[in-house]
Amino acid sequence: MADIQIERVRKEFGTVRALDEITLHVADGEFVALLGPSGCGKTTLLRIIAGLESQTAGRIVIGGRDLSDVPTRNRGLAMVFQNYAVFPHMSVYENIAFGLRMQGADTARVETRVKRAAGLLHIETLLERYPAKLSGGQRQRVAVARALAVEPPVLLMDEPLSNLDALLRLEMRADLKAILQEAGTTTIYVTHDQTEAMGLADRIAVMHGGRIVQFDAPMAVYSRPNSTFVGGFVGSPPMNFIALDAADGEARLGALTLPAPVQSGRILAGIRAEDFQLVERGNGLPFNVLVVEPLGSHALLTGRVADQMIRVVAPPDRGHAVGEEIGLAPVLQRIVWMDAESGQALSGQTLEKSS
Amino acid sequence: MTSLRRIVYGTGIVAVCAWVLVPIYFIALGAFGGRGGVFAWPKTGLPTKLSLSAMLRFLEIEGVWEAALNSVIAAGLCMLLSIALGAPAGYALARFNFRGANLYRLLILMTRAFPLAILALPLTVSFIRVGLYDTPYGVALIHTALALPFAALITSSLFVGIPRELEEAAWIFGCTRWQAFLRIVLPLALPGIAATAIFAFVISWNEVFAASILTVRERTLTAYLLKILSESPLHYRFAGGLLLIVPSVVFIFAVRKYLFAMWGIANR
Repeated sequence: MADIQIERVRKEFGTVRALDEITLHVADGEFVALLGPSGCGKTTLLRIIAGLESQTAGRIVIGGRDLSDVPTRNRGLAMVFQNYAVFPHMSVYENIAFGLRMQGADTARVETRVKRAAGLLHIETLLERYPAKLSGGQRQRVAVARALAVEPPVLLMDEPLSNLDALLRLEMRADLKAILQEAGTTTIYVTHDQTEAMGLADRIAVMHGGRIVQFDAPMAVYSRPNSTFVGGFVGSPPMNFIALDAADGEARLGALTLPAPVQSGRILAGIRAEDFQLVERGNGLPFNVLVVEPLGSHALLTGRVADQMIRVVAPPDRGHAVGEEIGLAPVLQRIVWMDAESGQALSGQTLEKSS
Repeated sequence: MTSLRRIVYGTGIVAVCAWVLVPIYFIALGAFGGRGGVFAWPKTGLPTKLSLSAMLRFLEIEGVWEAALNSVIAAGLCMLLSIALGAPAGYALARFNFRGANLYRLLILMTRAFPLAILALPLTVSFIRVGLYDTPYGVALIHTALALPFAALITSSLFVGIPRELEEAAWIFGCTRWQAFLRIVLPLALPGIAATAIFAFVISWNEVFAASILTVRERTLTAYLLKILSESPLHYRFAGGLLLIVPSVVFIFAVRKYLFAMWGIANR
């Protein structure tokens, strides 16, 4: 078990700055997701932690040991790759045993550890098989078992579920969470899928353009994003941003007058799709329904408020029709105010938490 | 429509096979049919009066066995050197992004564009000076130079086909770079490397120009046969020809799957 301290890590590829002074502290036993769009540097950061890539500047300290100059093989980590990277010329048993054999473990210890890891991932019956005979989901289980068999202090995962189909991903996600909670392994998990990050992680580090833009618990990232980028990237549908003009500390939106965090200027009201109450027509904000998407558990309405497109979650059985006009009442305490120009959250309510 | 396509397809296959197989068949017929078979006209195309006598007499010709031994030495050495030098070059091309990698790749191919005939005289002179002239080792060196470009490019595509993550996973779990290569990459690349080796062997086995120029007495089989066959009866020439063709055909046939894969033709 170990904590991870990433201190001012920078990475440049030629003149391109892939990582810009990343500082991140992961507590012992914590599950942290690095979440961001492709090209944000999350995989590069993971590879630097693993030693597969070298940083231009900065330090990686794991369990109090500075690993900056330690080669990959001596870092004592385990990693699960996106394409599984199980060794095709070895049986499942030998794959899982690989790390232990490299450590020089004796046969008995290899046997017990392999059995235990295989048991955790429900692949005891596959031990004699070769990877070519396994499905994608089974290979992924072998890769995770191989990583857990060495009982690593730190587990790194690089989009491990993205090559699985949707149903299998859901199942594997729940299994992974249960297994890793039990093992108590410090885990860094790279993903571009915000539902995965929300579902699995203790804390999410949202990355954008080589920086960590917000680092917080999943629900905090979701309901208190500190920038329009985070609000737009996390959550499905993305957060609605309604542009308003503030005057005398108040912002007017249709018939509503909202207390604004600034005296005057253009601001954005960030409101999640489910943070609207649907009220009688004529009350609240007038909302013109343009598209209705029944999604089973709820209906997603897309429409126009004061000439701005927003999405609203409605109960599934209301039978809203295209062209209808509804009244919307936003839940005031859940509105996140953003500066229209910089896209950063106003009023400092989220900034203090994200350090 | 489909049946027409099938007919055209089938005809094409038959034609291509015949293009290669018919001459080989007639050479074999000449080799085993004896003197009468070679001169019989019109040709029946059917094997009559088969005998091994021409083949056996041919093998008794003085110097054939020595020449064959020289061929094996030259081809064997060529094979070893091509892999020993070509596989690391192929690995470097496959795994590392170094400045001028594409130029290097091109230069490797360009070595084949340089005509051997121009090199022949200076090579002969330097070989005499070094003491490699008229030895199978000198021939092996030249053949290595011929086979090396293929060895480097073919092994490079082999290594490209082995995902980098497999090696990285090995490093993560405690392997040094060398251990990862031995435990993970080599076992996966071995069939292809073997095929490349055989390919180098065949290049050397079939090569006649350099071998003829660089040797006088210690000839390789191809060079030796070229010299003596012009003075032999026709059915001996067929026997010699068949003896030259068969090993390379068998070798290439044995490794065909890997050669297809290497040349970028889908094999699945």
